[in-house]
Amino acid sequence: MSANPPVLETREVTIRFGGLTAVSNFNISVPKGSIVGLIGPNGAGKTTCFNIITGFYKPTQGDVFLEGKRITGLPPHKVCEEGIARTFQNIRLFYNETVLQNVMIGGFVRQKSHWWMPPLLIPSCTREERELRDRAMALLDSVGLGKLAGEISSSLPYGAQRRLEIARALATKPKFLLLDEPAAGMNPQESQELMDFIKRIRTDFDLTILLIEHDMKVVMGVCEHIWVLDYGILIAEGNPEQIRTNPKVIEAYLGEEATQNA
Amino acid sequence: MKTPNKSRDLTLTTAAVGLLLVFLWWANGHLDNYKIQVLNLIAINSILALSLNLIYGFTGMFSLGHAGFMAIGAYVSSLLILPPVQKEMIYILQPLIWPFSVLQAPFFIAVLAGGFAAALLGLIIAIPVLRLGGDYLGIATLGFAEIIRVVFTNLTPITNGALGLKGIPNYANIWWNYGWCLLTLFFLIRLINSNFGNVLKAIRDDEVAARAMGINTFKYRVVSFSIGAFFAGIGGALMASLITTIDPKMFSFLLTFNVLMIVVAGGLGSLTGSIIGSAVITVLLEWLRFVENPIDIGSFHLDGIPGMRMVIFSLLLILIILFRREGIMGMREFSWDSLINRFSRGGEAR
Repeated sequence: MSANPPVLETREVTIRFGGLTAVSNFNISVPKGSIVGLIGPNGAGKTTCFNIITGFYKPTQGDVFLEGKRITGLPPHKVCEEGIARTFQNIRLFYNETVLQNVMIGGFVRQKSHWWMPPLLIPSCTREERELRDRAMALLDSVGLGKLAGEISSSLPYGAQRRLEIARALATKPKFLLLDEPAAGMNPQESQELMDFIKRIRTDFDLTILLIEHDMKVVMGVCEHIWVLDYGILIAEGNPEQIRTNPKVIEAYLGEEATQNA
Repeated sequence: MKTPNKSRDLTLTTAAVGLLLVFLWWANGHLDNYKIQVLNLIAINSILALSLNLIYGFTGMFSLGHAGFMAIGAYVSSLLILPPVQKEMIYILQPLIWPFSVLQAPFFIAVLAGGFAAALLGLIIAIPVLRLGGDYLGIATLGFAEIIRVVFTNLTPITNGALGLKGIPNYANIWWNYGWCLLTLFFLIRLINSNFGNVLKAIRDDEVAARAMGINTFKYRVVSFSIGAFFAGIGGALMASLITTIDPKMFSFLLTFNVLMIVVAGGLGSLTGSIIGSAVITVLLEWLRFVENPIDIGSFHLDGIPGMRMVIFSLLLILIILFRREGIMGMREFSWDSLINRFSRGGEAR
């Protein structure tokens, strides 16, 4: 791995739900500026890991560090304030709101004015809100949704909804972005576009990205480093080439027999 | 998006408010007391509906505690505007205890105090109760409103118990009521159209996503609930001064139900809807009084049945829920653009 210091580090993270150990001894270290992947068969615990990192679950053991700062057990909104943003496996937009409003809601976490200011017509608040609106518009333009800013978000086509969800996450000004199956339900052309898009936002927004994905073409195409999770345990890590040829990974995905026959 | 028409909208809004004031001035001089009372009720019901809409329609918290907040506002403000002589006269079971027996305040301050007292209580109960969601929240807040009512019935040295307060000065004329109504409307329009309003709607639409976006959903649910309680208290205070007599029985669940009906009929998540709903339902409630009087249809004679209009209203609510769940306005709001577009046929939709 590169010499960059890790943006995100997890140390021996374990979570149990009753008697079930969903994730155990989860250790990853994500270098700054990289795009990395977390893969594994269904039910391996990938989304659980995301939920631990973003504060939705509190790990039974272990710690999560963001740029060396311990963020274990912080509530989700604090984690977001610290600079981690995420998207969801099944898109979760604010469906009654417009595209622009969705992105502005993302920007709220960096807003300084208080709730009682707008009714009292405080000038600094009005100014901040105008800036926020302009920034949200600029962000939408940069992800190619500028023309749809006034549309209700539920009326958007699927691919655009995915992109809007990422734009909304970007509006929180994250250092670290978690994408949960960004290519789910996309055709090959759309996933190709998505790969370019992910690479572009990494440079444009100076991000580090961790993604969960089942589409191997996408994973192998964008990730510089991959972790493989099976039954809550990390079974392999390495660059795409190492992962592709790792017998343990093939076994986890295709079963033991396949490896023997191979 | 809207910038080019901002000054035009401001002019039109000012004109509309001016027109309303001219109408109220005319009404005040020319209409009989009964019609003025209905106009007053429309204003107060608007304040109540707007405040419940903030809690239920915009933030998605199903609250049935409105009558409780109204009671707080009504009692606090009434105690502040009742003259000491009147207080001595009505507290016949037990005398009013000290600070309340001498406290006096001008009407505006008294109403404001009623609002703040309700908001404070809203804040206190919000912290435990808002950990619940959905129907559970509805039941908990309903229970809270009932507790307030029972406490007020038994807190005789302060509330005069079941006898209630009589002879409250009738300050709440048409100007006070519409003044407060416009103030509430202005406050809520500014709030809802700000990014904070977007955040409330985000909490309503998807709380999990809102938390992931860095929104402290619990805090803002408490804030929204308390603002709603504040305006419910204002509405209660005005109502008390308008009808000059209050007692704990008045603040039963039926009062909350009336407000809820207005909000649902007008449209959850539409301020415009709440205003229209208040006007329509208040007028209908009065107009429908004829069904409770004896009716002759040809040779057929019907005796008046008291309470019949509430039956009709319950039916109406069921019909709304069955056939037009989004209410009159849905989540849409009135805007000058849409009105102008409607009249100039060439204009594109929206």
